[in-house]
Amino acid sequence: MDKGKIHEVISESIIPARDKDKRPVLECSHLGITFGGLVAVDDFNLTVGATEIAGLIGPNGAGKTTVFNLLTKVYQPTHGTILLDGQDTRGMSTMQVNKAGIARTFQNIRLFDKLTVEENVKIGLHNQIKCSTVSSILRLPSYWKTEKEAHEKALELLSIFDMQDMADYKAGSLPYGAQRRLEIVRALATNPKLLLLDEPAAGMNPSETAELMENIRKIRDTFQIAILLIEHDMNLVMGICEGIAVLNFGRIIAKGSPEEIQANPTVIEAYLGKKKED
Amino acid sequence: MKGKKTLSKTSKNNFITMGGLLLVYVIVLILKEGGITTNLINGQLVPICAYMIMAISLNLTVGILGELSLGHAGFMSVGAFGGVLVGTLMQEVSDSKILCLLVAVIAGGVLAALAGFLIGIPVLRLRGDYLAIVTLAFGQIIKSIVNILYVGLDADGLHVGFIEKPEILEEGKMIINGAMGATGIRKLSTFTFAFIVLMLCLIVIYNLIQSRTGRAIMALRDNRIAAESVGINVTKYKLLVFAISAAMAGMAGTVFAYNYSTVAPTKFDFNTSILVLVFVVLGGLGSMRGSLIAAALLTLLPELLREFSDYRMLVYAIVLILVMLGTNNPKIRDFFAKIVGKIKSVFVRKKTAKEENANG
Amino acid sequence: MEFLSNVINGISLGSIYAIIALGYTMVYGIAKMLNFAHGDVIMVGAYVCFFMTSRYNMPAVVGILLSMFVCTVLGIVIERLAYKPLRQATSLAVLITAIGMSYFLQNGAQLLWTSNPKVFKSVVGDGGVQLTEGLYVSHVTLVTIAVCVIIMIALTVFTGKSKMGKAMRACSEDKGAAQLMGINVNTTISITFAIGSALAAIAGVLLCSAYPNLVPTTGSMPGIKAFTAAVFGGIGSIPGALIGGILLGIIEIFAKAYISTEISDAIVFAVLIVVLLVKPTGLLGKKISEKV
Repeated sequence: MDKGKIHEVISESIIPARDKDKRPVLECSHLGITFGGLVAVDDFNLTVGATEIAGLIGPNGAGKTTVFNLLTKVYQPTHGTILLDGQDTRGMSTMQVNKAGIARTFQNIRLFDKLTVEENVKIGLHNQIKCSTVSSILRLPSYWKTEKEAHEKALELLSIFDMQDMADYKAGSLPYGAQRRLEIVRALATNPKLLLLDEPAAGMNPSETAELMENIRKIRDTFQIAILLIEHDMNLVMGICEGIAVLNFGRIIAKGSPEEIQANPTVIEAYLGKKKED
Repeated sequence: MKGKKTLSKTSKNNFITMGGLLLVYVIVLILKEGGITTNLINGQLVPICAYMIMAISLNLTVGILGELSLGHAGFMSVGAFGGVLVGTLMQEVSDSKILCLLVAVIAGGVLAALAGFLIGIPVLRLRGDYLAIVTLAFGQIIKSIVNILYVGLDADGLHVGFIEKPEILEEGKMIINGAMGATGIRKLSTFTFAFIVLMLCLIVIYNLIQSRTGRAIMALRDNRIAAESVGINVTKYKLLVFAISAAMAGMAGTVFAYNYSTVAPTKFDFNTSILVLVFVVLGGLGSMRGSLIAAALLTLLPELLREFSDYRMLVYAIVLILVMLGTNNPKIRDFFAKIVGKIKSVFVRKKTAKEENANG
Repeated sequence: MEFLSNVINGISLGSIYAIIALGYTMVYGIAKMLNFAHGDVIMVGAYVCFFMTSRYNMPAVVGILLSMFVCTVLGIVIERLAYKPLRQATSLAVLITAIGMSYFLQNGAQLLWTSNPKVFKSVVGDGGVQLTEGLYVSHVTLVTIAVCVIIMIALTVFTGKSKMGKAMRACSEDKGAAQLMGINVNTTISITFAIGSALAAIAGVLLCSAYPNLVPTTGSMPGIKAFTAAVFGGIGSIPGALIGGILLGIIEIFAKAYISTEISDAIVFAVLIVVLLVKPTGLLGKKISEKV
């Protein structure tokens, strides 16, 4: 790969016009991580607008999920800075980053399998509706009040995906698509500023995917949050993302609007391989 | 959707367990007062309650938090000797038996909770089997320390000695006497007192599980990384569970010790930790009701099998292995499930037939 | 001189721990289970050797070989009957079964051989060597260290070079993949148990030669300590078991010599906790990171 060429094709800001006056929710600069000698992500620069739906695409093994793990501090970055709504997340733990406003879903679904759907969402509400351990053990009035509040809020959040009827099912017993949706609801319950979705449409059929696209838009409009998603389904990515960044071998090789990305020769090359010059 | 929410299934189950426990208590009390139960059983009532507390408190760590502990008896030991020590000091101040016992139990719980908190700290860095070995090591350390600990009381106050027995005045007495353990304990524990402590522990555990805190703990068990990603403080909740679980084990230790006139440190060794773990696993991880039943049956069973004294532990071992194979091997389990299913289907068919008859 | 003598005794005791720890570590590496009954296999080995040499006056070599044979068979039978049906079960279920097996062996031994202590006759005699002035080392001590060295070299060569050794390493990395490569996983696990149990027999004979008091619970405390040694060195690692065992032996002997016999166990376990705090997977253990 020709490195000089890569930098030329990066068109700078992809923030939509309506977010131009607001502070971007996420600003990554020169973000990177090396495992031993292996450079997994290098010089990753990305800005996500306050209510933008952005996409992160790239071939398998490009380092997309690693970027999510860096943003949520599952891995501590070895280089660069992450500003979340202007706040530097350096030194924060996964838990603190979530409290600061980043919520995520996982590529390999990570639900609390043995607990019910409602309990999963309530766990997402952990830092939103609080009740001390002592009040809980003594069943003080604050316990009953917060439990009721959490129950209602959980059902309200589940209704985004029409899942309120599944509230009492065990999360592990749900069909695959419903599990993916529940992960999104659980992430939303933490009241994030930025929602990271790792392959939300994986394993879904075209009609489910279409519905998901609608719902992602709905979530953005209702909660006025930014969404950054990793997805291989190009219909979904090109359909709802306003800005797209393409990652290959741990580096961004292109950024731009869906139209720009589709026409970008470097991107096509990364996905399909180089054409033989004849 | 469901209109006004009635009791959830879990709450209902919890009430059934608590009600059942209360019922058993009343029946045993009546039998005991009526002189029907044998001395053998009467002597086991307090230990059974203590082991039940041990089982449910360990279940909180193993079944709800999902961390294996092989040193739960260590906390019982801390509670037993700490409790007896404080209780004996209390005796000097007050004559009230119940006050002494109450203060002793609280002290035992607090001291054990401190120990639990301490042992919880390394736990934060360790996973799985490495964590289990640290709890095992902790249990051994406690046993060794109590083995060389001498505490005497006389007119000059407390005398503490390690390895060497401290010199005390003639009219003084040894409270903790090295490998002999605590001696000269007043038998203050009663069945009713032990039962009340057990019931309180059970209520605390049930209330804890069905709350924001309990959900956070179970989230850690089911998927730590996901729990962190929704903002749950791993450190806080692990330490909390270790401290609560240890406090209950400590109270059980005090209650247990006050049932005897002497208690040796070997009463709370590795084998005791394993015994309690067996209660928890056989009763079902996370099921408090199972732990209670397993603790009661498995404490009583060897006592009832005394006639087969030589063979009882061998039989116990064989039963243990067979039950584990029966409940955990899919083939054997399916075999049992089929039999149960057949019996059930016969029963259900009869029932529906009856209903049809009644309707027709 | 006293110091040197303590070091040698520590290495000798540590060698016994190391040989036992090998059994734990190999089984853990391949079957991912804590075989709590391992300590009791040691005891069975010691009893077999005791009866052969003291009751039937057979030569020590016959006693040792026979005890290795009995333990090997015992190890395979235990694995087939109790652990194999639980291959898919949770690790806790396997642990409890292993504990049941440990109870079974201890109580079985008590029924067969009573709990009266037997005085084990050292297989290498009672003599010793005066190395230098003030430094007397018993034969048992020297033989124990030599046996440990031989076993270590043999095992390293076996796992590194032989076909079965490679199969074992493959199974411990990934059982599914090993099976797809045509390795018989069940046979490999059985052989691991067989080797571990044969080593346990040797450890039992050496242990009782050094500490001649033989009762049905003889194996449990050395078992726990050897397990600790395996974790100390990093469970699953063969050199780890050696280092863990020797260090544990030295710490124990030093604690006994310079601090107090009663508190030596507490010190051994306290050191273990400190080591795990610094190195959460033991001295030579592999760091396992979860894929997200």
